[in-house]
Amino acid sequence: MFELHRIPEAELESGKYVKLWHGPQHPGITGNMSLELTLSGDDVVECKTHVGYLHRGFEKMMERRTFIQNFPIVCRIAVPEPTFNEYLYAAAVEELAGIEVPDRAQWLRCLNLEMMRLASFLMWLGGAAGSFGMSTVYQWTVTHRDYMLDLFEEMTGARIYHMYITPGGVRAPLPEGFTERTRSVMDGIEKLLYEIERVVLNNAVFKLRSQGLGFIDPSMIDDYGIVGPNARAAGLARDVRKDSPYLVYDQLDFETITGDKSDAYNRTVQRYQEMHQCISLIRQMLDQTPTSGSFHADLPNVLHWKIPAGQTYVKAECTRGEYGYFLVTDGSEYLRRVTIRGPSYTHAIAVMEKLVVGVNIADVAGLMVSLHTYPPEIER
Amino acid sequence: MKLKDITSPFYVWQRAFEKTYTTAKPALERIGAHAYRGFHINDIEKCVGCGTCEEICQNGAIDMVKIAQKASEKGDSGLVPRFDYGRCCWCALCVDICTTGSLGMSNEYTWASDDPDSFRFTPGVDQTSWQDSEHGYRRHPEYNLLKLDRPEMKMLDPDEGLKSFDEVVHGFDHKQAILEADRCIECEICVATCPANMDIPDYIRAVRNQDFDEGLRILYKTNPFSATCGRICTHKCEDDCTISTFGKPLAIRWLKRYIVDQIPAERFAEILQDEISENGHHVSIIGAGPGGMTTAYYLRKKGYAVTVYEAGESGGGMLRYGVPSYRLPDDQLDKDIDYIVSLGVEVKYNCKIGRDVEFQQLMDENDAIFIATGLNQPSSMRINGEDHPRVLSGLAVLSDVASHKDPGVGKNVAVIGGGNVAMDAARVCRRLGADVTVLYRRRIVDMPADKEEIKEALEEHCNFVLQAIPVLIEDADSKEQVTIQWGEAEMVAEPGKRPRPVLQEDRMHTETYDSIISAIGQAGDFSFLPRDISDQLNQHWGKFEVDQRQRTTVGKIFIGGDIANSVADAISAIADGKNAAIGIDDFVKANVR
Repeated sequence: MFELHRIPEAELESGKYVKLWHGPQHPGITGNMSLELTLSGDDVVECKTHVGYLHRGFEKMMERRTFIQNFPIVCRIAVPEPTFNEYLYAAAVEELAGIEVPDRAQWLRCLNLEMMRLASFLMWLGGAAGSFGMSTVYQWTVTHRDYMLDLFEEMTGARIYHMYITPGGVRAPLPEGFTERTRSVMDGIEKLLYEIERVVLNNAVFKLRSQGLGFIDPSMIDDYGIVGPNARAAGLARDVRKDSPYLVYDQLDFETITGDKSDAYNRTVQRYQEMHQCISLIRQMLDQTPTSGSFHADLPNVLHWKIPAGQTYVKAECTRGEYGYFLVTDGSEYLRRVTIRGPSYTHAIAVMEKLVVGVNIADVAGLMVSLHTYPPEIER
Repeated sequence: MKLKDITSPFYVWQRAFEKTYTTAKPALERIGAHAYRGFHINDIEKCVGCGTCEEICQNGAIDMVKIAQKASEKGDSGLVPRFDYGRCCWCALCVDICTTGSLGMSNEYTWASDDPDSFRFTPGVDQTSWQDSEHGYRRHPEYNLLKLDRPEMKMLDPDEGLKSFDEVVHGFDHKQAILEADRCIECEICVATCPANMDIPDYIRAVRNQDFDEGLRILYKTNPFSATCGRICTHKCEDDCTISTFGKPLAIRWLKRYIVDQIPAERFAEILQDEISENGHHVSIIGAGPGGMTTAYYLRKKGYAVTVYEAGESGGGMLRYGVPSYRLPDDQLDKDIDYIVSLGVEVKYNCKIGRDVEFQQLMDENDAIFIATGLNQPSSMRINGEDHPRVLSGLAVLSDVASHKDPGVGKNVAVIGGGNVAMDAARVCRRLGADVTVLYRRRIVDMPADKEEIKEALEEHCNFVLQAIPVLIEDADSKEQVTIQWGEAEMVAEPGKRPRPVLQEDRMHTETYDSIISAIGQAGDFSFLPRDISDQLNQHWGKFEVDQRQRTTVGKIFIGGDIANSVADAISAIADGKNAAIGIDDFVKANVR
């Protein structure tokens, strides 16, 4: 089941193999982790993953900061999609402190999260195409991601680290004219996706290189804890938004999208379809988000906010699958313990080490991107 | 694989003709969004240096620093935040929590300099191009991290209150006290405002932690009249509470009261654990009011043998004889005084200096003397007929009521004056069953009485006649009555001063009352001082001149309380007492043996 391909030490010295470090400085968006590859010719025969290049000790740091002081920190845990961290931290604190979040804030949070998902997918799409040599596509998708960052800037006051979802609600309502501008950006992205279909998905080079690459057998899914689009592409309808709806997902019209084979190509198609779904969800929310009412609950004085002893696990469907926060409080002004578990933990380590064996060295980056991993969330 | 898969990618060329998104000069062509969290701005006129921004900053990027443009004064620490942009993460929690709304952010986001130290800057003081920016992040008016509302204090219904001398204010219940204590942001601006510099945020924290024993220890460290002040303090601290910019100030006085109310008098000694080791020196104190007893308390704790001489029957001075029991019940005052006496302070009641003991004898027998005799002589109205037998002084009425004697005011009373004594006299008369008319020469806003006293007097149906100047008091038809002539006044603006009431002689009124209570002010009686001593002491406007430690021109003599400070309230007398204890201790150590 968990058998890992390991070559005996003696054989490594035989001269048949070459060791190669892939990362941590890799120009793709595979992030600051490295793969220690053992090659035979240009085929990978063994892989060891190494993390630690990004370790900033968030979990420990959060134990020494007050509940309100933690909310600007958590967004840094997964750089390309900070909002999921903001939401999960806030939701966990609210649950432990017994705070009810106003309806309008739920809608604004949900809108923010779906916009984040789309922006994150856009960046990923550029990476996916870029790692197979199509860096032009990267320019396109990052441009449209930038249009979305402009929207975030208006909505939250910042482009990357939004710090918008605070414990209790959100910081501000939507600015004037925001809905119209968002709609026009969505139209642009929809047009882009049509082009992506022609340039990436219907591309002989992309198909030849990605079809069959990093095939995830359905039997692996539960053993390895594979979640999100990686699992859905294999036909498993597993989505936290549907399975245990949070925020306002139960009031939105969408179906879980599944595929029939999880390889690098089909995972790209899977995410391509999910981007269309994002746009639909964002449009639905732009229509339905309340324009009046409170957007922030009354909190106790945040300067000496004590939360009763307790523990909770909250989860949400981030771009890459189930993302979870486990919080323990002890009745003091500080967290007793927090554990953050992102999907990259398995996707970038155990799954990667297994799938990469037998892959051509040129496809390693493409495989890694097709799993959609963010090393920062491994090293929280 | 289809032929389409080979031709389709050439579609990329279509994009070659599209407009680019990137700009050559982003700083000029790409300005930040309206609510962008850019570089900080601070309105130093509004900023009171509460330091809450520094407190909440999770990066330690803010230091509160002294600047030349601002002085430290009451209600303003004189400090302003300095930002270290090597640490700041632009989360804007400092803006969200800013108590005065002075902090904000501009939408500027580029800053280049070859001087790394320039990135540690003080917004509002260091010149920046964005200081006056209208754009940038500001706290949304509907989003607030501060707690602005005060739990409503339960009070006796005004009509019910008139039936007895029961306490009007009920005090917070447990839930209210905890909620109210939670509002404190611990900025400590109030500590500097309190004349006695009480550790206000510390005892509020004790309420929050429900550790009332600790609360009592904190209270009595800085104020031995905490039970009293928890009820009748003029609470200047609350005027400067930083929460009051956007909301109601913390109910500091009621929280103090809540702590004391939780602890019965019998447990005071066990909790406070004041241990005395005698130092062999002796100090006498004249007057057992708040000033005198506070000095006694602190000197006794330092090991002095202290004797207090009090002309009245019991201690407390104006607190007992001037403040009616519906504001300060006797048992609360006794809590404080009994505890001070229990430390071994000797109090000689009914002992008047000059009558029972000669002042010179005190001078000879003691290492130092503290005088705090208070203002106990009513001021004259300077009009004809004020010596009429139906004209009573406000102090006399209050004193009679406090001693459970009937002052005999009758059923229809006029009170003259707008201070606390006038309000108390009026409210006491209402409780004695009289209809009360308050005559005051100025407007309500000019009244020196506490706002709450005025409000409660009005609620208790005291009839206020404002801008009324008494002119003449004469006999009425009945011997049991008295007639007063008063004229309406017009307020005339005086440059640089408060408006002056000017009598309108064509608009005179004559009314008859059962009695008239004069309460227009009090003065001190210093006849007990030998001539040679009083000649050496400096006086100004009827008050003695003293320094910060209550020292006078006569080495051994220290003076405090209402006869020395211009405020003439309990907490200032307590502050004087604290200062005098330090002054006397220094004096004795330096000059005796």
